[in-house]
Amino acid sequence: MKRTFRSKWLLAAGISFLVATSLASAEAQQRVQVEFWHGLTQPLGGILEKVAADFNASQTKYQVNATFKGQYPETMMAAIAAFRAGNAPHIVQMFEVGTATMMAARTAIKPVSELAKETGVSIDPKNYVGGVRGYYSTTDGRLVSMPFNSSTPVTWYNKDAFKKAGLDPEKPPRTWEETWAAARKIVETKAASCGYTMAWPTWTQYENFSAIHNVPLATKANGMNGMDAELKINSPLHVKHLQAMMTLQKEGVFKYGGRDGKADALFPSGECAIFHGSSGMRARIIREAKFQWGVTMLPYYKGTSNAPKNSIIGGASFWVMTGPKRTAEEYKAVAEFFSYISRPEVDAKWHMDTGYVPITLNGIALASGQGYYIKNPGADIPFRQLTLTEPTENSMGLRLGNMPEIRVIIQEEMEKAFQGQQTAKEALDNAVKRGNVVLRNFERTNRQ
Amino acid sequence: MRRRVIFPNKVLPYLLLAPQLAITVVFFFWPAGQAIYYSVLLQDPFGLHTEFVWLENFRIILTDPLYLGSVQVTVIFSTAVAALPMGAALLFAVMADRKIRGTHVYRMLLMWPYAVAPAVAASLWLFIFHPDIGVIGRWLNDVGMHWDYKLSGNQALLLVILAASWKQVSYNFLFFLAGLQAIPRSVIEAASMDAGLGRTFWSIIFPLLSPMTFFLLVVNMVYAFFDTFGVIYALTGGGPAKATETLIYKVYTDGVMNLDLGGSSAQSVILMVVVIGLTALQFRFIERKVHY
Repeated sequence: MKRTFRSKWLLAAGISFLVATSLASAEAQQRVQVEFWHGLTQPLGGILEKVAADFNASQTKYQVNATFKGQYPETMMAAIAAFRAGNAPHIVQMFEVGTATMMAARTAIKPVSELAKETGVSIDPKNYVGGVRGYYSTTDGRLVSMPFNSSTPVTWYNKDAFKKAGLDPEKPPRTWEETWAAARKIVETKAASCGYTMAWPTWTQYENFSAIHNVPLATKANGMNGMDAELKINSPLHVKHLQAMMTLQKEGVFKYGGRDGKADALFPSGECAIFHGSSGMRARIIREAKFQWGVTMLPYYKGTSNAPKNSIIGGASFWVMTGPKRTAEEYKAVAEFFSYISRPEVDAKWHMDTGYVPITLNGIALASGQGYYIKNPGADIPFRQLTLTEPTENSMGLRLGNMPEIRVIIQEEMEKAFQGQQTAKEALDNAVKRGNVVLRNFERTNRQ
Repeated sequence: MRRRVIFPNKVLPYLLLAPQLAITVVFFFWPAGQAIYYSVLLQDPFGLHTEFVWLENFRIILTDPLYLGSVQVTVIFSTAVAALPMGAALLFAVMADRKIRGTHVYRMLLMWPYAVAPAVAASLWLFIFHPDIGVIGRWLNDVGMHWDYKLSGNQALLLVILAASWKQVSYNFLFFLAGLQAIPRSVIEAASMDAGLGRTFWSIIFPLLSPMTFFLLVVNMVYAFFDTFGVIYALTGGGPAKATETLIYKVYTDGVMNLDLGGSSAQSVILMVVVIGLTALQFRFIERKVHY
């Protein structure tokens, strides 16, 4: 009798042990899974995947699986194809110029403000720097996508070349007039074979140029107020600027380095002494440049009223995608992840690890408190330029449909002008004409 | 009356054909059908709004001067990429077909480029011809030629043609060499009794090689149309302006980058018709002159 009791007890203990262990493993299994597709190549992609891994380690309920899906356009295509198949990822990283396209897909995405309301997780837009928040918010201030990796173009210059040319390396040019004069002097004195170049021609010379000079890139507050916006880049100021670049190119002072990031190599190699490129170039310049260099804000034309204004961002944000099988728990997981990445320590670490700008006010305060800007002089320039003034409707950001296509059009027309096939005015008139066709097509396909 | 092979079983032949048919349907007819379907629609990328627009996508494309420019680029590009590797490969094959020391090494080296992926090939060319970091690119500028394919459309087109052709030389070489070795020695020896090398080549060898030449022409055309995307993508991205944007590259740009499904599908349909037409023409007219 006793023996039976004991064996029964053992059996019960065994069962409860089995149940307990299976429950424990089920708990690990039952973490809510979140698929997150990103478009960052190495080493940035690895750092981003580490952010997701840190989030997973910080709690036990949710699991974010970050996967690289090719560069931004390929990631966008992949997400769209997955959505059409009813199988979209929970979160997709999308470049800033894809913002209008994503916003127009109303039922495919869940705005971050709605996500916060539904899940009760607080995501406060006020934490974000104005220029970052504005880019990804509706006109009445509701956050649509989650801001993340952001950069802004700045002036990088070669201090050794400045010295050799008899220029003061501690007084970099602040205006375009000074920039052209310095670039000319550098080439004349053979301090460098190329005085000036820029990467991301549309981003630096049109999107940011317009913001800094407080002139519209497009009507309707650069498209923020409606899809019927029209390009405005054939204004006298824009024409004057392109003409100046064409003149300097003929003189052999300015060298066109190609589309998108193709000109990036020309600065660290020492070829071009003044360079307008992304603030995200910092790590590469530190690694590759064999000369003293400095960083400063982008220039403006003297006598332009209310210039300079704040510059605008580039980079990407995170979008929440909908799907037929989504549960409330999954949205909650996404919201918790977003809340995690907006923590000051995560933001500051991301900024210091990658060179992207801090996007939260607490993030910059934290980085500053840790003495980062004393150890890395000039690393605060992008942030200071981004927050130089309160954003105006010309420096809030862009919301133009099919902006990637418009960027290419502008580059193509610039190239034709640099080839001598057309004047500056013709180039920009053509860019406006072709760009407006793209905008009208976008308006038509997204008509409600 | 033609002789017919009669299968006693009515089902078996279809079963045997099924795998091949399935592949053709899934990988050819189905995507082609999709392309035709989307080419008459106006749709946002997410598929949330769809509008049937008849042939408007085709009208827009065919009246677009930029599309016609792209047609012109494609004609120049494909002709060059079909002809250059064949010319070079034929020369190499004739040279390699002789009894010389180190024939095997020589032949093997000539086949290497074929193993190089298009994007890698493009990177190699970039490192050689980049005006700032490339060996030959810098040299060209030093000797006073203004070499900058990022701004000169003609130079960019030349560069992508050379890079795309270079890759294809090996393939052509291989087939020409096989073709040459299949020609009986006795014929060539007989010819060389009373004719020089040149005459022997043009009167005997070249005509005997014609099936191979024809086959390579078709293969090279298809290569130039469809397989050169990687080279263009990595070298010039279709630029400067639109100097190296071939039709297939434009399909990619409009479909993937610009998310214009209708326009891009319409272009694919046009491309499909053109290639089917070209191949049919080649078989109908050129094949007649080929001696098997």
